[in-house]
Amino acid sequence: MRAANDTMYQVRQWSVRNARLLEWLYDHFEGLLLALHPLWLWLGYDRVERSIRRLECRVKSLLFDCRMCGNCVLGKTGMSCPMNCPKELRNGPCGGVHEAGYCEIEPDLRCVWVDAVEGAARMRDSSGLQVIQPPLAQSHRGASSWLREVREKRDRRFFGNGT
Amino acid sequence: MHLDDQAVPSTALPVQPGYSSSGRLERVLRAGSFAVTTEIAPPDSADSAEVYRRAGIFDGWVDAINATDGSGANCHMSSVGVCSLLTRKGYATVMQVSCRDRNRIAIQGDVLGAAAMGVSSILCLTGDGVQAGDQPDAKPVFDFDCMSLLQAVAAMRDRSELMSGRPLTVPPRVFIGAAANPFAPPLDYRPLRLQKKIEAGAQFVQTQYCFDLDRLTRYMRQARDLGLDERCFILVGVGPLASARTAAWLRDNVPGVHIPDAIIKRLLEANDQKEEGIRICVEMIQAIREIEGVHGVHVMAYRQEHRVPDIIRASGVLAGRVPWYPGCTEISPQ
Repeated sequence: MRAANDTMYQVRQWSVRNARLLEWLYDHFEGLLLALHPLWLWLGYDRVERSIRRLECRVKSLLFDCRMCGNCVLGKTGMSCPMNCPKELRNGPCGGVHEAGYCEIEPDLRCVWVDAVEGAARMRDSSGLQVIQPPLAQSHRGASSWLREVREKRDRRFFGNGT
Repeated sequence: MHLDDQAVPSTALPVQPGYSSSGRLERVLRAGSFAVTTEIAPPDSADSAEVYRRAGIFDGWVDAINATDGSGANCHMSSVGVCSLLTRKGYATVMQVSCRDRNRIAIQGDVLGAAAMGVSSILCLTGDGVQAGDQPDAKPVFDFDCMSLLQAVAAMRDRSELMSGRPLTVPPRVFIGAAANPFAPPLDYRPLRLQKKIEAGAQFVQTQYCFDLDRLTRYMRQARDLGLDERCFILVGVGPLASARTAAWLRDNVPGVHIPDAIIKRLLEANDQKEEGIRICVEMIQAIREIEGVHGVHVMAYRQEHRVPDIIRASGVLAGRVPWYPGCTEISPQ
């Protein structure tokens, strides 16, 4: 649980305010990861997983208070991490949000979904909020979302839409 | 309203073409009537007679009874249990399912069990946090959230399969509902959240208590602009406030309940606060009825359940219609 004056919390709020910039950065970074696919393949995805995971954990913990759920949806939630919701809601705010936009369970903190709506409005693509997220795949906890996404995107490119 | 094939206790009505369930709530709504639902307070006991006594209060006044699922994160008789008892007598029930206490395996199993027991409507809720109740050290589950729960129940019904893809030989034929809170921030996102719930499978919604008509009017305007009132039946939550003190307590302690100062002031200035609370509730129902796109009301009268018939009678929303109840013989005009 975070306190409102916690530095981590302040940075998390900064990320939401700069959702557009982070979206742009991630798009380019993902492009790079995708371009390096042959390298990952050569090295073996499983072997690079550890290093990438460590990097991902550092960066995202700092920027988003990341919990390494392994099912990252930041690009669809205005750069506000839904795993910071005490109910870990991944599909929008519950009905208990206080009048000023604060959390019913941690009343000193803003609802992560109130932040998400604001963050998404700043992004180039704000339609992500309306995407229905499936329940968390618990087996992905702790794994790198970056690598999984690159792998899946690559597979889709080669084998059609991945079905 | 008289239905040709009224329920005989313990036997299911047929599912009509184009309908999802055999339930009376779905029939009343699809027939275009203004529906009235209420909720039963599940007892802190293992006494079936107490469940029937509490349900009997509403006989002839409501189209369906919600059975809450550990509301406020307090343990009471389970919603599956309450619904199973009520369906034996033919009552139309809305089984509430909260994501707080059970994971996806348990919930999908409960949906099958409930449908087999005659439950025809299921309300998919996220649920209050555990800290709200009297056992705050419990583990909050929240494996599903209301959205993924809606999707899972809709898939069980429409595709006859569990989330794993394993097929069901007989699907649960249920009318699927969700909750909505038009009164909590972020206000402008709330209609979009309703839209998302409809996409996930919601066919009806019951809202949080309405004490603020301006907010509701704005919400409904936005919902109509999105065409949501044509894709989903909207039942607005109402309830009597017992006193100004209760109102202030509710506002400050129950997350998501929004009560404007004007309402509290009106209660404070009344000679009989309890009766004033009833009057406010009746006026609220009458005003809500006039809002385009609203299909009914959901009356939540915690600890004032015995006043529900008075409230509904005074509001006149049933317009002479007598909802079915066990043992009723009266046939009201269509």
